[in-house]
Amino acid sequence: MPASPVPLFHARVQVSLRPSVLDPAGEATRAAAARLGVEGIERLRIGKAIEVALEAPDQATAQQRLELLSDRLLANPVIEDWSLDLHQAS
Amino acid sequence: MSIGIVVFPGSNCDRDVRWALEGCLGHPTRFLWHEERDLSGLEAVVLPGGFSYGDYLRCGAIARFAPVLEELRRYAAAGGPVLGICNGFQVLTEMGLLPGALTRNRSLHFVCEATELIVSPGACRWLQGYSSDERISLPIAHGEGRYQVEPEVLERLEQRGQVVLRYAANPNGSLADIAGLTNEAGNVLGLMPHPERACDPILGGIDGRRLLAAIGA
Repeated sequence: MPASPVPLFHARVQVSLRPSVLDPAGEATRAAAARLGVEGIERLRIGKAIEVALEAPDQATAQQRLELLSDRLLANPVIEDWSLDLHQAS
Repeated sequence: MSIGIVVFPGSNCDRDVRWALEGCLGHPTRFLWHEERDLSGLEAVVLPGGFSYGDYLRCGAIARFAPVLEELRRYAAAGGPVLGICNGFQVLTEMGLLPGALTRNRSLHFVCEATELIVSPGACRWLQGYSSDERISLPIAHGEGRYQVEPEVLERLEQRGQVVLRYAANPNGSLADIAGLTNEAGNVLGLMPHPERACDPILGGIDGRRLLAAIGA
């Protein structure tokens, strides 16, 4: 009997600067937006999005691995927060 | 006895540090490739400036996982003197050997100029050649030198005298004008300015000499 394939998960980790940390690049972009004529921008903060495809036996394991990855490598908790969006690939 | 200089892919001040130590101060050095694990017989280790692993993700973030740094963590814990210059300072914070983080300069510009610094040597082994409140001039050259840390950690650093170098005129928006920090034991120093570029009189100043000469003197 063929072994059942290991499930594949897709994740998107959003890393953003903590609210207390000044974002000079975001400020510069906000100023440029005003020069472009886009009005009403109250806040503009620049972060990163990291897309990951991961094989794991189940969703809980995938979640656990991605939490470790996000917390220890993708984000620096001194200056950054992260959030994780995870789903099984269809 | 020699001083180890770590070389990552993307380091670019490793040879400057070698020149300062060997050429200017007559002190033997040994390059340590990032995959090396042998730190035996070294009286100090320097993490030089540059762009380790392209500074991908964050400055110093990938370097933290280099084999040589696993050994360096043990070396520092055993009291071995460690000096992180510029990108080396960023690596030390990413490793957690020093608290906080170095972030994008407030101006968004890469700053490259001579800066005046105020020294508070405290227990820092690398700064014992300087007097308290002495003002020195060292070059800086960085785009990410704005030090950030939680207020409660800053308070602890101040209380314990770990803020050993401050800018006289803040060039990057760094918290509390911080240019350099030591650990509690005083054997680890991280600083954004470049002492190795201030060891040869032909470069206009030699205020970095006493720092690099501190170990093995």
